[in-house]
Amino acid sequence: MYVAVKGGEKAIKNAHRLLAEKRRGPKEIPELSITQIKEQLSLSVSRVMAEGSLFDEDLAALAIKQARGDLIEAIFLIRAYRTTLPRLAYSLPIRTDKMNVERRVSATYKDLPGGQILGPTFDYTHRLLDFDLMEASDDDLSEEVSTDAEGLKTEKTTQPSDTGMPRVLGGLLNNEGLIQAETLPENEEEHPVGDLTREPLEFPVDRDQRLQNLARGDEGFILSLGYSTQRGYARNHAFVGEIRLGTVSIEIQPPELGFAIDIGDLEITECETVNQFQGSKTEPPQFTRGYGLVFGQNERKAISMALVDRALRAKEMGEDIVAPAQDEEFVMSHSDNIQATGFVEHIKLPHYVDFQAELGLVRRMREEQQTPSTQQSQTQQAAE
Amino acid sequence: MSQSTTASSYNYAYLDEQTKRMIRRALLKAVAIPGYQVPFAGREMPMPYGWGTGGVQVTATVIGPSDTLKVIDQGSDDTTNAVSIRQFFEKTADIDTTEKTKDATVIQTRHRIPEETLTEGQILVYQVPIPEPLRFLEPRETETRKMHALEEYGLMHVKLYEDISRHGHIATTYAYPVKVNGRYVMDPSPTPKFDNPKMDNCAALQLFGAGREKRIYAIPPYTKVQSLDFEDHPFEIQSWDQDCALCGSTDSFLDEVILDDKGNRMFVCSDSDYCQSRQDGSMPSSVEHTLSQASQMQSVNSEASK
Repeated sequence: MYVAVKGGEKAIKNAHRLLAEKRRGPKEIPELSITQIKEQLSLSVSRVMAEGSLFDEDLAALAIKQARGDLIEAIFLIRAYRTTLPRLAYSLPIRTDKMNVERRVSATYKDLPGGQILGPTFDYTHRLLDFDLMEASDDDLSEEVSTDAEGLKTEKTTQPSDTGMPRVLGGLLNNEGLIQAETLPENEEEHPVGDLTREPLEFPVDRDQRLQNLARGDEGFILSLGYSTQRGYARNHAFVGEIRLGTVSIEIQPPELGFAIDIGDLEITECETVNQFQGSKTEPPQFTRGYGLVFGQNERKAISMALVDRALRAKEMGEDIVAPAQDEEFVMSHSDNIQATGFVEHIKLPHYVDFQAELGLVRRMREEQQTPSTQQSQTQQAAE
Repeated sequence: MSQSTTASSYNYAYLDEQTKRMIRRALLKAVAIPGYQVPFAGREMPMPYGWGTGGVQVTATVIGPSDTLKVIDQGSDDTTNAVSIRQFFEKTADIDTTEKTKDATVIQTRHRIPEETLTEGQILVYQVPIPEPLRFLEPRETETRKMHALEEYGLMHVKLYEDISRHGHIATTYAYPVKVNGRYVMDPSPTPKFDNPKMDNCAALQLFGAGREKRIYAIPPYTKVQSLDFEDHPFEIQSWDQDCALCGSTDSFLDEVILDDKGNRMFVCSDSDYCQSRQDGSMPSSVEHTLSQASQMQSVNSEASK
């Protein structure tokens, strides 16, 4: 005799216990520390902070540990924590032109004021497994690496970087009026920057909300969309005007003080692309822009974001919307990996009831098909 | 983090009061315009999207210490996700829970409406995956909002008509679209169409939360809810040849349980509280009364027996 399935409560408890055991692994292997993750898996930490949209390296590292290295799960942990945090203040806009630069490259100029600084990049490594890393060994690193910007520059002719590092698009191209200017709303009181985590998404949206969505969006999704624009689905001929990685200071200006105070540093990667020129009867030909900004070090995401941002500006540029990357409803509704993973995975939850309803219908339709006489009478009934 | 510190460092019922206020405003608007989808700034919840984050946010917003909560999934209080959500509120809202439909003041549900008639003062909170009934006919939100605004529901009727011409029936068995208060076409969430008649003129307040899609909608008590159909193809609900193998009910929604690999199966009530009460002989008489109210059911039963 069938007994209704009971014991969900006990099963859940035991599943959680098993999960905790799996996370820890064999006890004879030392447990990972948060500092190890933070310092040695820093690019994972970057991604979790960016897509979790919370800049906190320790919490991101904790989330990675708790999620057994599943970064989307870690991002989810951070998001669920972030949503409970109070908003104490809004910062002033960060100044990336004042960035303490660790890496800065431009693909559009061989050399430029401030120079090309390679920084810590995989770009020119040969992707050969380094078997020496199989064993813990710090021998190779005994030699001090020059982190001095001068030593990381590709050209020796440029002026030293301490004289400033003007942005390629804003400072250098804009002088000649060759590139579309970024316009700010005249009055920020009337046009406050949108926040998708505080107001519901309603289409059509402005660029501020699109950029926020892309910055939080799944790296893989944004990467593929950016890639699709390069392969002809809304091609926009992008050049990387500039990528910069480094720390910027974050400032708030409490109303009672009347001046800004520095409350800490933020590591970010910024990418600005120079895109195909356009012109009209009234406007001379000009380059256009795409913009990408992410927490931590993640050039792949920053470049992809800039490509997609440019594609999404189709409407304002008067371009036909012909490809997925230009379609803000498509992009913004599907970019969030926490929403996506939840909804995709939820189909493993019980659906007995819906399935039962479908089973009944399919059985009934098959019956009708197999016995033509009944079908006739059914149709007759239906016609009544 | 131990469980106790986790619970105490969050606000009552998890959400902060400002968020609750924002959701309450959306709920008030939803009640004022029955069936209309109100956008709200849904928060990330500590359970995944698709697990009922919309319903959880609505419940967290309307619940108070004096409430008694019942959570069901697929009609049952003991399915894993129902257990998990119930525990969430036990932990964060310090609340009494129950499995008895009649004892609950707030019932959060996924995919079913309890068999027992709901009463005045009760709130039924639905978890909704896709709130837009027109979504599979038109993927764009900008378009579907326009269609609702213009009351342009022809596309839905064409879809139902095409079903009839192709299959001889309307081939929608769950999430069967309804028209609320003669105005908005609404998705009842993926409840089987068997439950649609229970929504009509219901004494309880029905609230719908879609967390991922960030929409809230509502049916105030005693509102007309009409399942879409045609004069010559009236709406009808599912029926079974068997009775419930445990309680003998002839008019509840049955789940099929596979007994072996030889095709043997049995049917049992999907509503576990209803089934248990009948087995205990404690079913209030009002239930029999309501079930006989569903006149469509009678006609379906007689048709099936032909």
